Amino acid sequence: MANPKSAYSIPTKKGKPDTHIIVVWVDNEAGVLARVVGLFSGRGYNIESLAVAEIDAAKNISRITIVTTGTPQVIDQIKLQLKKLVPVHKVADFKREDKKVIFKEMALLKVVGKKKKIEKCLKACKTYHPVILDKSSKSVVIQITALRREIDKMSKKLKSLGLISTSRTGAIAMTRGADVFK
Amino acid sequence: MSKLYSGAEIVFKCLEDQDVEFIFGYPGGAVLPIYDELKNHSSIKHILVRHEQGAGHAAEGYARSSGKPGIVLVTSGPGATNVVTALTDAYMDSVPLICISGQVPTHLIGTDAFQECDTTGITRPCTKHNWLVKDIKDLPKILHEAFEVATTGRPGPVLVDIPKDIQFAKTNYSKPKKIKKVNGKSHNKFTQNEINELINLISKAKKPMIYTGGGVINSGPKASEALREFVRLVGFPITSTLQGLGAFPGDDNQFIGMLGMHGTYEANNAMHDCDLLINIGARFDDRITGKIDEFSPKSKKVHIDIDPSSINKIIKVDLAIVGDVNEVLKSTIKKINQKQNGIKVSNKQKISKWWEQIQKWREKDSLGFINSDKTIKPQHAVQRLYELTKSQDTFITTEVGQHQMWAAQHYKFNKPNRWMTSGGLGTMGYGLPAAVGVQIAHPDKLVIDIAGEASVLMTMQEMSTAVQYNLPIKIFVLNNQYMGMVRQWQELLHEKNYSESYSEALPDFVKLAEAYGCKGIKASNPQELDEKIKEMIDHEGPVIFDCQVDPNENCFPMIPSGKPHNQMILGPNDKEENKITGKGKALV
Repeated sequence: MANPKSAYSIPTKKGKPDTHIIVVWVDNEAGVLARVVGLFSGRGYNIESLAVAEIDAAKNISRITIVTTGTPQVIDQIKLQLKKLVPVHKVADFKREDKKVIFKEMALLKVVGKKKKIEKCLKACKTYHPVILDKSSKSVVIQITALRREIDKMSKKLKSLGLISTSRTGAIAMTRGADVFK
Repeated sequence: MSKLYSGAEIVFKCLEDQDVEFIFGYPGGAVLPIYDELKNHSSIKHILVRHEQGAGHAAEGYARSSGKPGIVLVTSGPGATNVVTALTDAYMDSVPLICISGQVPTHLIGTDAFQECDTTGITRPCTKHNWLVKDIKDLPKILHEAFEVATTGRPGPVLVDIPKDIQFAKTNYSKPKKIKKVNGKSHNKFTQNEINELINLISKAKKPMIYTGGGVINSGPKASEALREFVRLVGFPITSTLQGLGAFPGDDNQFIGMLGMHGTYEANNAMHDCDLLINIGARFDDRITGKIDEFSPKSKKVHIDIDPSSINKIIKVDLAIVGDVNEVLKSTIKKINQKQNGIKVSNKQKISKWWEQIQKWREKDSLGFINSDKTIKPQHAVQRLYELTKSQDTFITTEVGQHQMWAAQHYKFNKPNRWMTSGGLGTMGYGLPAAVGVQIAHPDKLVIDIAGEASVLMTMQEMSTAVQYNLPIKIFVLNNQYMGMVRQWQELLHEKNYSESYSEALPDFVKLAEAYGCKGIKASNPQELDEKIKEMIDHEGPVIFDCQVDPNENCFPMIPSGKPHNQMILGPNDKEENKITGKGKALV
């Protein structure tokens, strides 16, 4: 509760927060990521994950994918504020449960242990198309691509099977079907 | 083969092509090549300030009073950091500024060089956009884009950081191409359907209210004319935010005063009870809305704004019209006129009861105060200043605090661009340098900074600028020896614990004025006030006027924190009634 002596009003009831995936197409120029991220931190929005890379070298366009949570009002503000940034071309917003959109994250998992344990690991990963990127007599590096919560579940599960290091990307998104987001 | 120009020359070529007449600045190591080039460009005059913050506020005053962007030129490091307050101020109040800052040479960036700072990093959150020029070939394009970004859509400050080696480097110069919309950001998205819907709401309203803001001023003098036509056409009551004052004549009967924390009783009650609220170019600031949950609970809300992110940010509205105020209003007026007289006539009958109610609220005279013949009441001082200056076209700037609110309440503005005050950021020290900028833009007009003694001391050094350029600005200091607004809050909320809000050892303002080489005038009783004010107005040079006012006066009416519009605290005139009706609604 805010101090009643405050010169500011007391915060009032808020809507229910929801997870959204915001995709931003930007000019790939110096400082553009700082502008986008600074907007989030400056206005108190939250970033759960972030993925960014250039997608069109000729047009110099980068695609930034941000997973965030917020009330409908906050999500609206995020979109509108992003659209005001000069290097921003367009902004898409997807709900996590949107069936028309594919979300994927990648994780690299290093497991150290005896052969048996490693095999157990690979088996556990099976549904997420594990790719073995490196293998030694007592270790393996596995790449899986899946949803965030699936990777969360996997890393929890693999802890007891010798998982010693995890590296993850932020989520990226793509609409299904022939249409692209305009 | 076209001629090659240095970076410094290109800066001036761009400024010339953008019809820039004045630069407010302060030289230093990293901008010396640009300063060296100044002598070759007689159409551009440089105003040397005494502190970079002063340059920024002066440029703001220039921009707001002239409708043209303000240009600031500062050096790297401390030059740039000193201007941050002014950039933030301009960002909050949507003032178009182009700030050009020097930077250490490219090869030294990132090495903690002398007077190096991450200028674009520091100013990123307080500008619409900023650029670090790393390649001389980009310079002309960036400078023209800077003007485009600063002046289009919702205006605001931009910054171009130019390393010293880039100022020496040479390239071709090309004139700006006819404006290509920056990344396709369009600003007039409204449709005819939205206008029809607005007219539909207007025709149904029984208790309508128009609430205007700085957006009307930013849309240009034409927008103010359109607003006047629109308001007279529909016959609705109109209130204004602090920034919007002057868009509609302050002495017009349809104008019911400023709204918000220190707004009038009639404006705030009308906001609370109305059934249609038309927001034109305002942003539902927290000083305006009071308690959000109880903000204008019974009304349909319309929001006309050029900035889509202002819509539904704080208050959910029923109809949003994104567009330039002038365009939207013109379109609406046209449509109303097409619908013949029907709407006009029936409307005025429908809302006559509403006007009766507003009249009742008006009778409270919420701006009233108990005058004295012994001490000068600050409200009285502002009223006298208004009466003695209203016959001429006067420009008013202010600092921040009680005096600012009294100026807003008691000085009546009849034209746009005559009122320059720091509303969003609330920057003490804004008014004096802003007055410098206003006087530069309007050399023959009367420019007065209604100031508080605490605020004005924050940028007092700019008196030296005023004297240097013979700018006859009048600094009208309502001297109550306190940081008045701080003292008022402490009185009302912190059991009169006046912690650090009393200024001991204030300077003798008359001697201070003389030390700067201008005139000092002091008034200490109501009997001599008029005569002294006239003396100030008649003096041809800059004046510091020390108006010694009642130190204990508070600014009323006031909406206390966390309260809705209909629970105002009224002034001492109303004390008794206030006690009975403290529970708000009963006031009506």
